[in-house]
Amino acid sequence: MAMADKEQLDRDFTELYRDHLRDVYSYAYYRVGNHHDAEDLTEQTFLQAYRHFERAQRESDGRPLRPWLIRIAHNLAANFYRDRSRRPMTQLDDASILQEPHGTEELVEEREEVKEVLEGVSKLPDDRREALIMRFALGMDNREIARALGRSEGATKVLIHRAIKQLEENLEEERGE
Amino acid sequence: MSDRVEQLLRSALVPVDPPEALSDRLERGLSELTEAAATELADWELSAMRDPRNWGRPVAAVVVGSVAAGGLVLVRARQQQKKRQATGLHALEKSIRGVADDIEKRLRG
Repeated sequence: MAMADKEQLDRDFTELYRDHLRDVYSYAYYRVGNHHDAEDLTEQTFLQAYRHFERAQRESDGRPLRPWLIRIAHNLAANFYRDRSRRPMTQLDDASILQEPHGTEELVEEREEVKEVLEGVSKLPDDRREALIMRFALGMDNREIARALGRSEGATKVLIHRAIKQLEENLEEERGE
Repeated sequence: MSDRVEQLLRSALVPVDPPEALSDRLERGLSELTEAAATELADWELSAMRDPRNWGRPVAAVVVGSVAAGGLVLVRARQQQKKRQATGLHALEKSIRGVADDIEKRLRG
């Protein structure tokens, strides 16, 4: 690779980094459940991405690289749990909506519901939990999620539907409905 | 209830801003990495020019009157070399590689 190509590549990578740092961090945070490990995971994701960026860019055919970036974070997170025998667990106190001080009774009730939902999400099987994080925290559409998870769009649609259904059932069960 | 669950999911899974310290650290780390890669590339270009098998490119450059292009690579390589000696970048480059290798090993192991 010539120096000029390298400079262009670095500019492109900087753009990718600026556009998606928040996405990668959000994914990492909801995946590992605490800021400390989320920082590590985000850092490793971008270092890994930089190493393979040239090839990814060449093979992307102009498609957005966000799913590729999230896939790297997804693989690193899987290894993270395998190595340390940890289970993901969202620290609910850190979720922004739960940090709001006092409010009306309605707000307090909603906060309780949000807390239940977060707990419910953390108990879902890995693939369902991840699909929900990508859909709701990152705003990814089915096509992007499918690319990040290495599935078809149809399978992804079904996965998200089942994840929401299971979460709903679990919540109803816990409320004794 | 699905709509309500989706609404709650939207409220629960909000995007999370990375801490500023992480952004600073990451930007620094990536700059060091890209600089180290650029240094490596400049060194490689320089050594490739010494190898007669790679003379095709510089010779073609001379033919089209672009001697300066090769000179630029040399100057850049020398500047990088100087900078590396002056700032201990070589050690840094090595340590970044070491960290990257270590991370890779840990993740695979």
